[in-house]
Amino acid sequence: MSGDARARILATIRDSLGADAPGRDESAVEARLAAHEPNLIPARARIDPGAQVDLFVEMAEEVSTTVARVAGADEVPGAVADYLATHNLPAVAKLAPDPGLDDIPWAERPTLTLSRGKAVDEDAVTITGAFAGIAETGTLMLLSGPDHPTTLNILPETHIVVLRREHIVGAYEEGWARLRAEGRGMPRTVGFVTGPSRSADIEQTILIGAHGPRRLHIVLIDGDGEETEA
Amino acid sequence: MTMAVTSPRFRENARRALADAPLQQALAKMKAGFVDKRLRAVERLPEFDALRDLSRDIKDHVLVNLDHYLERFEARVVECGGEVHWCADAAEARDVILALCRSVDARSVTKSKSMIAEEIGINDHLEAHGIEPVETDLGEYIIQLAKEPPSHIIAPAVHKTRDQIADLFHASHAAYGITERRDDPRALLDDARQVLRRKYLAADVGLTGANFLIAETGSSVTVTNEGNAELTQILPKMHIVLASLEKVVPTLEDAMTILRVLARSATGQEFSSYTTFATGPRRADDADGPEAFHVVLLDNGRSGMLGTEFQDMLRCIRCGACLNHCPIYASVGGHAYGWVYPGPMGAVLTPKLIGIDLAGHLPNASTFCGMCESVCPMHIPLPKMMRHWREREFAQKLSPPRHRAGIALWAWFAERPALYRFAARLGVGVLGLIAGRRGRLKSLPGAGGWTVGRDFPAPEGRTFLDLWARRDGGGR
Repeated sequence: MSGDARARILATIRDSLGADAPGRDESAVEARLAAHEPNLIPARARIDPGAQVDLFVEMAEEVSTTVARVAGADEVPGAVADYLATHNLPAVAKLAPDPGLDDIPWAERPTLTLSRGKAVDEDAVTITGAFAGIAETGTLMLLSGPDHPTTLNILPETHIVVLRREHIVGAYEEGWARLRAEGRGMPRTVGFVTGPSRSADIEQTILIGAHGPRRLHIVLIDGDGEETEA
Repeated sequence: MTMAVTSPRFRENARRALADAPLQQALAKMKAGFVDKRLRAVERLPEFDALRDLSRDIKDHVLVNLDHYLERFEARVVECGGEVHWCADAAEARDVILALCRSVDARSVTKSKSMIAEEIGINDHLEAHGIEPVETDLGEYIIQLAKEPPSHIIAPAVHKTRDQIADLFHASHAAYGITERRDDPRALLDDARQVLRRKYLAADVGLTGANFLIAETGSSVTVTNEGNAELTQILPKMHIVLASLEKVVPTLEDAMTILRVLARSATGQEFSSYTTFATGPRRADDADGPEAFHVVLLDNGRSGMLGTEFQDMLRCIRCGACLNHCPIYASVGGHAYGWVYPGPMGAVLTPKLIGIDLAGHLPNASTFCGMCESVCPMHIPLPKMMRHWREREFAQKLSPPRHRAGIALWAWFAERPALYRFAARLGVGVLGLIAGRRGRLKSLPGAGGWTVGRDFPAPEGRTFLDLWARRDGGGR
């Protein structure tokens, strides 16, 4: 049935358009797919890297993401433990099996109980890395893979993301460009996450914490001996 | 099997809606909820109009090359281990989805909001065959409990008050051990989260719509704020994407361009919370994600809109801005339109999908104020297309006899310019005289429908043709 429908649909499309519809050009199709040009990058995103980091934080906080800026990887376990304590959350988390998080001295915080793998319903807190931070809208770009099961992003009540300063870019298209440059192909899931889950379906009142995380917290490694902000 | 059509009773529906106090209370909140927020978001992005132009151009390019892009999209899906099912109409799509669900012995299917799913009436079909469909978008969940169709394409329960939702949850959630009636929005959301979490975990199939299909990569793109499309697609063993043909765009970059105008136009957000690109089933070394990925590609009359005066409608990205800014929608809400798609976009699309004989009232339910076109991120000339439908309705002799007689009478005069001018001057004079110094008429013979809700401002002494003749010394 589907094969037959396919032929009929394609034939109707061609008949309806007519062979000489203006702009109809298969080589233009190929060219567009091959070039995948960024069409227009807003000026907001075309700023120097330092300003991009500040814009990222500002835009993320605007959508109720919280951000803690730390100087180096060695400060991450403390920042995570502090965050959990401040919010009265148990110091138990599911950590992404991401080798990129291995330089973080988790063991220095023995009160923090970590296990690694995908998330299950019982996991209240997860910790993952991020492929990129998009300054334009304070958005995280998260790729699925053996190092980053997608359930970690969406099942827990609290999602903590360790983001490195050098992974912050201006616009979404720069994230795609980086993914293409790495040559690893499309992951099953690429998630652009902008703030915790929310709904406005009850009388148009925005409420945080619909089906996904109620809290999205970013620990931003500001890096390389640069000044850190409190 | 599809949703009952009440579009032929638009007038009656509208009258009832205007007298419905809770509905009017809910609709009154739309300006602050949508209109003001959109304006703020647009003002923050100086490139917004340039992005609209680009978005229109991308879709125009896709539409004249739709067959090429769909073939490339399909090839990429197959390369990634997925499958595309082409469906000419709603019945074919229902059958394909049911067969896919049965292939994994599905007992329940979680769904993230999809207007195409409403269009093909998939919920009733699955239910009739013993499979439980579970709506997971909070608004869709509310109306599923209420056994109602959505009243808005992005806020399906916008017509419901908090009190009504509290009653619905109270009646339905006892089965899940929640017996207290709560009416605080936070508590209502928490209850729904708790109930739906179990449904997500139990579902065998996740059915999502798609905001875009990407020809370059074979990906589907979903946009949500709740994260429900994500839970729907990554937890069950099968992910079915239900999308119509025109959702395809060339590249990832093209999707980003249109995404920049989508959320701003829809909810006034800079970006929605979750924008998810799904490509094929889980990879061999993935720890989670669906084992199977199917795209059900629905035509349902769209291919026949190409090359016609309705082709531009296929640029629509379902943001809802035209509904949010429409004075008719704001007065009567979405249910009055009587089928899946309400508001200005529905007034254009519905006659195409269910026939002008059934949906003839919809393109007439417009003041032609032009707000819909002015806010449309895809520059769709909605009023012009409503006018096309009115012309077709007239040509097919479907409009009411009184309208037709009135237009015929006007045409008879219009073909006789001297008589027309004389009659118009006479009419203007007489109406002005009757109105007197108040300058307004409380009733008008033959136009009672118009004056029942407002006075008719009396003409001020000159006809349009007189004024036109004086303009620029009567030039042209």
